[in-house]
Amino acid sequence: MAERSFKKEVEKLRIGDGGTFEGEGILAVTKGLLQAGVAYVGGYQGSPISHLMDVFADADPLLKELGVHFETSASEATAAAMLAASVNYPLRGAVAWKSVVGTNVASDALSNVASGGVTGGALVIVGEDYGEGSSIMQERTHAFAMKSQMWLLDPRPNLTSIVDMVEKGFELSEASNTPVMLELRVRACHVTGKFTAKDNVRPAMTVADAANNPNRDTDRIVLPPANFLHEVEKIEKRWPAAVNFVRDRRLNERFGPAAGDVGIIVQGGLFNTLNRALELIGLSDAEGNAQVPIYCLNVTYPLVPEEVTAFCRGKSAVLIVEEGQPEFIEHELNTMLRKADLQTRIIGKDVLPRAGEYSGAVLRDGVAKFLRAWAPDIAPPEAALPTPNVTPSEIPQRPAGFCTGCPERPIFTAMKLVERELGPSHVSADIGCHLFSILPPFNIGNTTMGYGLGPAGASAFRPEGKRAIAIMGDGGFWHNGLTSGIGNAVFNKDDTVTLIVDNGYSAATGGQDILSSRATNPVRTTNHPIERAVRGVGADWVRTIDRTYDIERMRDTLKEALTTETKGPKVIVASSECMLNRQRREKPIKARAMKEGKRVVRERFGVDPDTCTGDHSCIRLSGCPSLTIKPNPDPLRRDPIAHVDNSCVGCGLCGEASHAAVLCPSFYRASIVSNPSGWDRFKDRVRGALIGWMQRRMDVARAARAF
Amino acid sequence: MSRERITLAILALGGQGGGVLADWILDLAKHQDWRAQGTSVPGVAQRTGSTVYYVEMVPEAVATDPVLALMPVPGDVDIVIASELMEAGRAILRGFVTKDRTTLIGSTHRIYAVSEKSAMGDGRASSERIAAACQERARRFIGFDMDAVTEASGSVISSIMFGALAGSGALPFPRAAFEDAIRASKIAVEANLRGFEAGFQAAGAGKIVLPPVATADAPVPTSTAGRALAHRVGTLPIAAHANALHGVARLMDYQDAAYADLYLDRLAPIAAIGDAELAAETARHLALWMSYEDTVRVADLKVRASRFDRVRKEVRAKDDQILGVTEFMHPRLREICETLPAGIGRWIWESPRLARMLEPLFRKGRHVETTSLRWFLMLRLLAGLRRFRRSSLRYHEEQERIEGWLAAIRETAARDTALATEVARAQGLVKGYGDTFERGLANFATVMAAVDIVDAGGLARLRAAALADDKGQKLAAELATTGTQRASA
Repeated sequence: MAERSFKKEVEKLRIGDGGTFEGEGILAVTKGLLQAGVAYVGGYQGSPISHLMDVFADADPLLKELGVHFETSASEATAAAMLAASVNYPLRGAVAWKSVVGTNVASDALSNVASGGVTGGALVIVGEDYGEGSSIMQERTHAFAMKSQMWLLDPRPNLTSIVDMVEKGFELSEASNTPVMLELRVRACHVTGKFTAKDNVRPAMTVADAANNPNRDTDRIVLPPANFLHEVEKIEKRWPAAVNFVRDRRLNERFGPAAGDVGIIVQGGLFNTLNRALELIGLSDAEGNAQVPIYCLNVTYPLVPEEVTAFCRGKSAVLIVEEGQPEFIEHELNTMLRKADLQTRIIGKDVLPRAGEYSGAVLRDGVAKFLRAWAPDIAPPEAALPTPNVTPSEIPQRPAGFCTGCPERPIFTAMKLVERELGPSHVSADIGCHLFSILPPFNIGNTTMGYGLGPAGASAFRPEGKRAIAIMGDGGFWHNGLTSGIGNAVFNKDDTVTLIVDNGYSAATGGQDILSSRATNPVRTTNHPIERAVRGVGADWVRTIDRTYDIERMRDTLKEALTTETKGPKVIVASSECMLNRQRREKPIKARAMKEGKRVVRERFGVDPDTCTGDHSCIRLSGCPSLTIKPNPDPLRRDPIAHVDNSCVGCGLCGEASHAAVLCPSFYRASIVSNPSGWDRFKDRVRGALIGWMQRRMDVARAARAF
Repeated sequence: MSRERITLAILALGGQGGGVLADWILDLAKHQDWRAQGTSVPGVAQRTGSTVYYVEMVPEAVATDPVLALMPVPGDVDIVIASELMEAGRAILRGFVTKDRTTLIGSTHRIYAVSEKSAMGDGRASSERIAAACQERARRFIGFDMDAVTEASGSVISSIMFGALAGSGALPFPRAAFEDAIRASKIAVEANLRGFEAGFQAAGAGKIVLPPVATADAPVPTSTAGRALAHRVGTLPIAAHANALHGVARLMDYQDAAYADLYLDRLAPIAAIGDAELAAETARHLALWMSYEDTVRVADLKVRASRFDRVRKEVRAKDDQILGVTEFMHPRLREICETLPAGIGRWIWESPRLARMLEPLFRKGRHVETTSLRWFLMLRLLAGLRRFRRSSLRYHEEQERIEGWLAAIRETAARDTALATEVARAQGLVKGYGDTFERGLANFATVMAAVDIVDAGGLARLRAAALADDKGQKLAAELATTGTQRASA
């Protein structure tokens, strides 16, 4: 079950012709796909497109009604390979993933499908995870589009434009026999808005129809001699067809006055930000009536030469607003103008930063700089905002981290304890929530080479004495880690230690189910233990720890793995359910039980303020949001003391850590029994009476020596 | 610049309900015939970290299909709502708060960042500084402790923020429309409306309220022995009074009146030197050292009735709920020997054969269920060993250390009272239990070894370095610098 339920959104997918769809950008895409008669959809979750996957996962009945096949793909490569269904058959198919990482994974299949070309429309929806909030390397999907010659759509970030581009994308794909990428930036995926819906369309041919009537064309297979033909076909047929389609169907847009001495070319996805920048310098308004000619590229690849030259002709300079690097569009514009022998200057990265997100402030400053050089009469006066009256050092950084009660935290607490005994090891980290280990307080992890590639990242280490440790999540494990990590280590007789963090979900992407999830899922099969898979590929030294909070066991197992005489890969599967999901599951059940008068035990931790001395060793071994500090109530002490706030879920780490690390006796665990049984009450009364009596006697004795 | 658009940024921590708040605002605007758009950056970046939600709105009458931006532009934000004080500070840092237009609605409470929490001493950022910056930079700053209001109203912070937004009057919508948005969401409507009301009132009050800072009044003697001690404190320099009063009260509770007398005997000659700060700081640190945390003290504090009440309150156990309390204790052989009479304790500890034999018995941590009779009696018994504390090994060790430290204070005071004050403060390095205590003691010894070659500033730097990390790296580096400086001097 995913982190967010989309039952409400699923209903929106049924809205018919003329109705208004309201919601997030990425959900609008799902509706757009159904309106376009998509026959099959696949993908791999990851911000910012997780919600697309989640909605389709929750929309099973509707998809069945429409005859649409939805696959929760094992990886982006799986999803991309799925597009093979559009090669021989007029089936519209769409796949989605986080980019550029997902595109990297998918690139083998993408190259193949792009080479052979498609009959049915093939749409690749990429969530461009670039700029603020991004969790990956800063690269452009644009390069992939260029190298495989897939067309790249970058619509203006409003729901109407986005949905329109989904449909046009399929048409473009079919008109040019080429898979098309639809790029949506992080905020465009999550922007709220509305658009006028159309009826959903049942695909003219379903995947079942296609399977029943197989059709074969060897010219579409990437094997000599067809592969050489494909390249020629791309240049001679598909590219011109695409350019014609983009031009004839006017996918790119013009804004502002028809003529002017300067103009701006902008990637569609940045149009709103550009308009705001122009508004702030007095050259546009809320409705986008710019006073400078704008050529908006809703299709950023391929460019349409005649449109470009028409726009640039007669202008002394044109600013190209192109986010990220290398500046492919800027290069191409220059080439086009050169060939057309136009003297218009293309200004791009000279006034805009070469790297980083183009925020409103960046564009405001860049456009102003451009205008000052090329159109000083309309350029805004130089104005600087007052510098903030606080400094970065006064505002502590607050990066993302493990949630309260996260079962992954104790794994790293145990690693810290082992590090104290055996010294630091080289740690090859992976992608997932567990990567938060690289931050304080744990500071564990040397490299991360990609999803499921933690163990592979440790494979160069041939230990003589000290073993390297690799971390991998269950998500990464099923994505590719079983073969790229474990299989590889077995085959090569690697002597490393692999720690598989098994929290029951693809947690970092929003808690989606995976093969080893413990939950039962009506439309997928789950409950396939990781240990069985690991043993299946030949690993022998495998230990499963079914409660990660058991720090002593965690520590001792890890120590054993690092020191055992046994050669070959050592695999530890550390299993405990993702706390975020567990709470979401258990909280309502407990609340109901409590209401019904059933006996319910709640546990949480606390710190005694009079025994805590404020060293915070416990925090350095935890970093739990609920384990915090508060002013020292002791009038003689100054350092703040540790304090457990009410968000504590009683995971047990605090107690286990203070035992395992011999910390301090200040922690206590409180178990609060609601609706106690008769026996509970009897025991409590007897104890209470005796303990109370002793406490009163002690109080009297203390009063005798009171100040 | 005049414009008919309202821009609003919410700075919150992942999990605080910033998304819920944004949804309410969007729904509110829509029903008031404004075209509103919200954006956020969900995903893993949000897990417990800082995150920004951004909302823009334009009246439908002005533009039915406006081009709206997806992120706030510095200098162009009308309303900033921050769920925590440092997030309000972050809004300023990012340029979202400007004098000409921004209403800043911020909570003044703190949720400490890992860097602040994990410091070995006090790593907290200054709240006063940020609150002042908010007031100075915003057109209007509405600041109150939203955490306390959340607590008092039994609601969630998002509803408090929504109430405060309504109460601020920064949006041109009637209060009832805000409440309708809460009702329309159909989730915990009653609690959210309660929180909304509390937030509305707090914002309307218009005062900037920081969370209260607790101050401890000097204790007032209630017994003959107490009055006699208080009288003795009265003979010390005034600067030392408060700490010394707390000191004697603490030591009577810790041991007895005679022990508190010993404290004053030790303090008097240093106080007599005539340096106010030295007297006050020695009064503080001597009391802390003399009330070192041994097993007896811990047991004594754990079994008190007042502690049982405090736990009950802290974990919010209701009267009809049964509370069980379990401690995590890890008495090692070392602590057992320290509790025994000095002779026996030392004999066991220093006999390798005995120590080896006994050590395995004390290797595992114990789950001590204080609310059970068995364990309560055990702890009660341990607490009762207070009477024999003076004969324990630990007592002997600590008194020796204390005397050594006091001698060092006296000696340095003769040439440099500022340095002597720093020597007194060095006691602060010795804290905690088990490994932490041993590390602190080692750091203390290291820092004290440098007393002869540094001035007050140097010793303070060494002390700070000792608290910079728990591997002693910064201390070693600082010592190397100190040594080099001395060599070249």
